[in-house]
Amino acid sequence: MKKNSCRAVMLLLFFIVAFFISSCGPKDSKIQADVETAIRSNPSTNGIAANVEKGVVTLSGECKDEASKSAVESEVAKVKGVKQVVNNCTVMPPPAQPAPVTIAQDETLIRNVNDAVKDYPGVTASVKDGVVTLTGNIKRSNLQKLMMSLQSLKPKKIDNQLTIQ
Amino acid sequence: MALQDKYQQLLNTAKTVGIANLQVREQDNVLYIDGEAPNGTAKDSLWDIYGKLDPDFRSGDVVMNINVSSMAPGGKAKVTTDKSNLNIRKGPGTDQPIVGKAAHHEIVTLVSKTNDQWWLIRTDAGEEGYAYAQYLSPQS
Repeated sequence: MKKNSCRAVMLLLFFIVAFFISSCGPKDSKIQADVETAIRSNPSTNGIAANVEKGVVTLSGECKDEASKSAVESEVAKVKGVKQVVNNCTVMPPPAQPAPVTIAQDETLIRNVNDAVKDYPGVTASVKDGVVTLTGNIKRSNLQKLMMSLQSLKPKKIDNQLTIQ
Repeated sequence: MALQDKYQQLLNTAKTVGIANLQVREQDNVLYIDGEAPNGTAKDSLWDIYGKLDPDFRSGDVVMNINVSSMAPGGKAKVTTDKSNLNIRKGPGTDQPIVGKAAHHEIVTLVSKTNDQWWLIRTDAGEEGYAYAQYLSPQS
C-alpha cells in the first residue's frame, strides 16, 4: 500500500516536470539568437534590437517605415518558441522635403546685379522676371568670378551671351 | 533628372568636399545648387568642375550658390581685388558714399555680414564700413 502511493507520487512528479519542460520550449538564449538572425536577414531592419524573456520578444530601435516595422514583427513571430512580440520600434520621420527655390524679386536683383557687374567694364546686364542676360565683352579670367557673384544673387537663370576675350 | 546626370560629377564632389546644408533642386530646366562650403578651396573646386562641365557657363542651366561658412564676425579677411583698392562704403550698395579704402591684399576684420554681397568690415586703421564680399577672402 505504502509502495503504491510512493509510486503514484513519483509518477505525478514526473508528469509535473515533463509538463514544465515541454511548456518552456527552446531556451530564451536560443530564441534570442534565432530572432536576431531573422532581424539581420532583412537589411532594412538592421538597427533593431531584440530582448527575449520567457518567450516574449521585445523589439526596440528605429524602423525605416511602418511597413518594415510590421514586417519585422511578423518575421520574429514566426521564430520557434516565440510566444508574443512586443513591438516598441519607432518609425523614422520621413526626410524633410527640400525647400522651394527662392528667386529674388527683380527690384532687388537689378540692384545687386548692377553692383556685381560694375567692376567689369564692357559687361552689360539686363534683368527680366528673374532672368539675368549678359551681353558685351569679358576677359576669360574674369568670367568665373562674375558668374560666382551673379549666381549667389538668387536669379532664376543666367543667360550668358558675353563675348569672351 | 537629366540635369542632375549632366552635373553628376559636380554633385558628387559637393558631397565629398563636405558642403553643408546642400540643396539640389531642379525647376524649369534649371538646376539650383545651394549650400555652405567649409572653406574657399572647396568652393573653388566646385566652380572648376562646373566650368568644365559647362564650358564658359553658356548653358544657363545651373544656378550655384555656395557660400563659405567659415567666415564669422571677428574673423580676418584679405582684400583680393585685382590690383586696386577696395572701397569701403557708408551702406551696403554701390550707390552709397565711399567712406574709406582698404588696400589690395590688406587684412581686414569682419564686423558682421549684412548679406551675401555686403559685409561690414573694419580696417586696422579703424575705418569701418561696407565692402563688397566678393573681394574679401576669409583667412583661416
